[in-house]
Amino acid sequence: MIDYHQSINDLYAGNGRTIDVPLARFAGGLYPFSENLMTLITRSSLFDAERAPFMRGAAAAAICALALALGGCKGNTETAGPQSPTGSGSVIQIGEYGSLTGATATFGTSTDRGIELAIQKANSAGGALGKQLKVDVKDDASVTEQARTDVEALVNQRVAAVLGEVASSRSLQGAPVCQAAKIPMITPSSTNPRVTEVGNYIFRVCFIDPFQGKAIGSIGTDILHAKTAAMLYDNSQDYSKGLAKYIEQSFTSKGGKIVGRYTYSSSDSDYRSQLTSIKAEHPDVIFIPGYYNDVGIIARQARQLGINVPLVGGDGWDSPELTRIAGQSGGKNALDGCYFTDHFSPDEKSPIVQGFVNDYKAKYGARPDAMAALGYDAAGILVDSIKRAKSIEGPALRQAIADTKNYQGVTGNITIGPDRNAVKAIVVIKIVNGKFTFNSRIQP
Amino acid sequence: MQVFLQQIINGLGLGSIYALIAVGYTLVYGVLRLINFAHGDVFMVGAFLGLFAGVSLHQSLWVSLLFSMAGCALLGILIERLAYRPLRKAPRMAALITAIGVSLLLENGGQLPEVFGPNPQSYTNPKTDLPLFIPEHVYRVGGVSIDLPTICIWIATAIIFVGLRILVTKTKIGKAMRAVQHDQESAALMGIDVNGIILFTFGLGSALAAVAGVLFASEYGQIDPLMGLMPGLKAFIAAVLGGIGSVPGAIIGGLLLGVVETLVAQFQGGATYRDGIAFLILILVLLWKPTGLLGTGAVEKV
Repeated sequence: MIDYHQSINDLYAGNGRTIDVPLARFAGGLYPFSENLMTLITRSSLFDAERAPFMRGAAAAAICALALALGGCKGNTETAGPQSPTGSGSVIQIGEYGSLTGATATFGTSTDRGIELAIQKANSAGGALGKQLKVDVKDDASVTEQARTDVEALVNQRVAAVLGEVASSRSLQGAPVCQAAKIPMITPSSTNPRVTEVGNYIFRVCFIDPFQGKAIGSIGTDILHAKTAAMLYDNSQDYSKGLAKYIEQSFTSKGGKIVGRYTYSSSDSDYRSQLTSIKAEHPDVIFIPGYYNDVGIIARQARQLGINVPLVGGDGWDSPELTRIAGQSGGKNALDGCYFTDHFSPDEKSPIVQGFVNDYKAKYGARPDAMAALGYDAAGILVDSIKRAKSIEGPALRQAIADTKNYQGVTGNITIGPDRNAVKAIVVIKIVNGKFTFNSRIQP
Repeated sequence: MQVFLQQIINGLGLGSIYALIAVGYTLVYGVLRLINFAHGDVFMVGAFLGLFAGVSLHQSLWVSLLFSMAGCALLGILIERLAYRPLRKAPRMAALITAIGVSLLLENGGQLPEVFGPNPQSYTNPKTDLPLFIPEHVYRVGGVSIDLPTICIWIATAIIFVGLRILVTKTKIGKAMRAVQHDQESAALMGIDVNGIILFTFGLGSALAAVAGVLFASEYGQIDPLMGLMPGLKAFIAAVLGGIGSVPGAIIGGLLLGVVETLVAQFQGGATYRDGIAFLILILVLLWKPTGLLGTGAVEKV
């Protein structure tokens, strides 16, 4: 089984990076359970000599699956870096955790690419403090509990800083671990306010949900002139719950009325029940502050049920898969005429954005999305801070990140505010013919 | 009233997916007394095989469906041969644990980049971005909407129900299946090829899972290697609710579960309890009527 694990690492390894790919979504939860199972299997009559040939096949299948599950939680501890002073070699070790696989895989992959590009650029410009930078990537498979395990492994390796996660629920798992170890953590794109409230070592390079919610609410009132709205949010995600609250505050403070609040959870694929109830309430707009993989199906089912009002959401929508999942019908994409707020638009003409877009296209053959841009900026700010701190010791590096002022990022000018949140403008994207188009920019 | 009618339609649409998957559970359980927890994952493999046939091999719905059914039947037979048959005389628990192992193997193996890859994939034709097999026509009757994929699922469920009924009651192989279900040893003494019948049942159940997989994917438009997990569990609940081992029971259980879930989720905040209520049903049935609605009370030999 080690071979399995290793071959995957080989596949991803490149540019001096190692990626640890857990093979089990439920590894964390199953760990004690599967150890009991292992004992059970080895002790039971499975290995009786008389049925041995077939037994071995079956047992191998079972143990194989278990080993795959176990492989995920044990992590790749053998690649652990130096035990003390962070990066006391010729390299500076940086940790990254993200959803390279699983339900929100495009988030993790895009972020990872953005980080990779930024680090590659920094390394070819001589690295930082005379050393090359090396990123150790842990995949949490979009599993909340796995995120904590991953960050614990990174902290044990004494990385200089940790980058990640996208989903707020998973950042909230990693943040306390980094805070306790006094290792700075920068989340590229977790927008729930609670993430940076964990402590003074936790930063973000994106705006936070109270601001995003305010902007989404104002799309409803100012752009769409809606009087009534329905809310449909993911009750199993901190991001979605938090954003729903702020959208409602913003929308109602401007005279709008929320006529229904409905929930779903990420494991669902049928939303018709809620949508049928929403349809009966005739809202002017439906706010769906969820993630793209759910929103795509929701849009499709809403149109099937004859709901034709615009849907409006936040940065969780940003994925090239969104409009593909929503699908075409009658020559129209199910999401045409819908809006969402975002961190970045590759349409913007500034040289810094276009330079990034071109580099990214050359390397990955695709246009960067907001997650890639934020990953790029998070890594960029980290490198910049290491240089300014002239140290990779936790307290000095923390101070340097906190002092970031007017950093010229691809997602705008970033200043880290007193609450360790980035202060920056928000982009409004409108979906036209299944394409994301830049609509406007809302200042903080 | 219109809303209620629409909700019932929604529930029957969701429920018929559960029913389609539950039929496979129940077939295998009926013959082998084994809860094949890998069934939901065979369903997932079926959806991916359909996508592969439709996109990479440019095949029509029917060819893709046959391809997927054949592939899954083969997979089911392999699973039976390699994982379950060696354990047929072992304690029931060992086979159950192996079933969970096979399920984990398929879920996690499917996420390998060389297999299906971890990312959700949309079930669309990459050239046109239109749904891959079944166009997304929506019929509106008196304010109630029904889409074509849902109708296809209903038709498929009905055909499978009638087909299985004929197979089990009217054909020789069906008679052999019933004999094996009743008593494997006596069946073997009567000259029935028990292993052959069990392989056939696995193949058939897995081919039906493939149908469910392709139809589910056409209905919801997105597939991923973990898609079989929740529907698989729900179908298991449906099979138990209807009486595990009974084909009509699986269908009634599936439809009932779909309607209950939909009626729960229609209220503000109700969706939070949707899965909880489904599992509550499982617990209640197991506590008070373990044989389910239509199951026959088999006496467990201890």
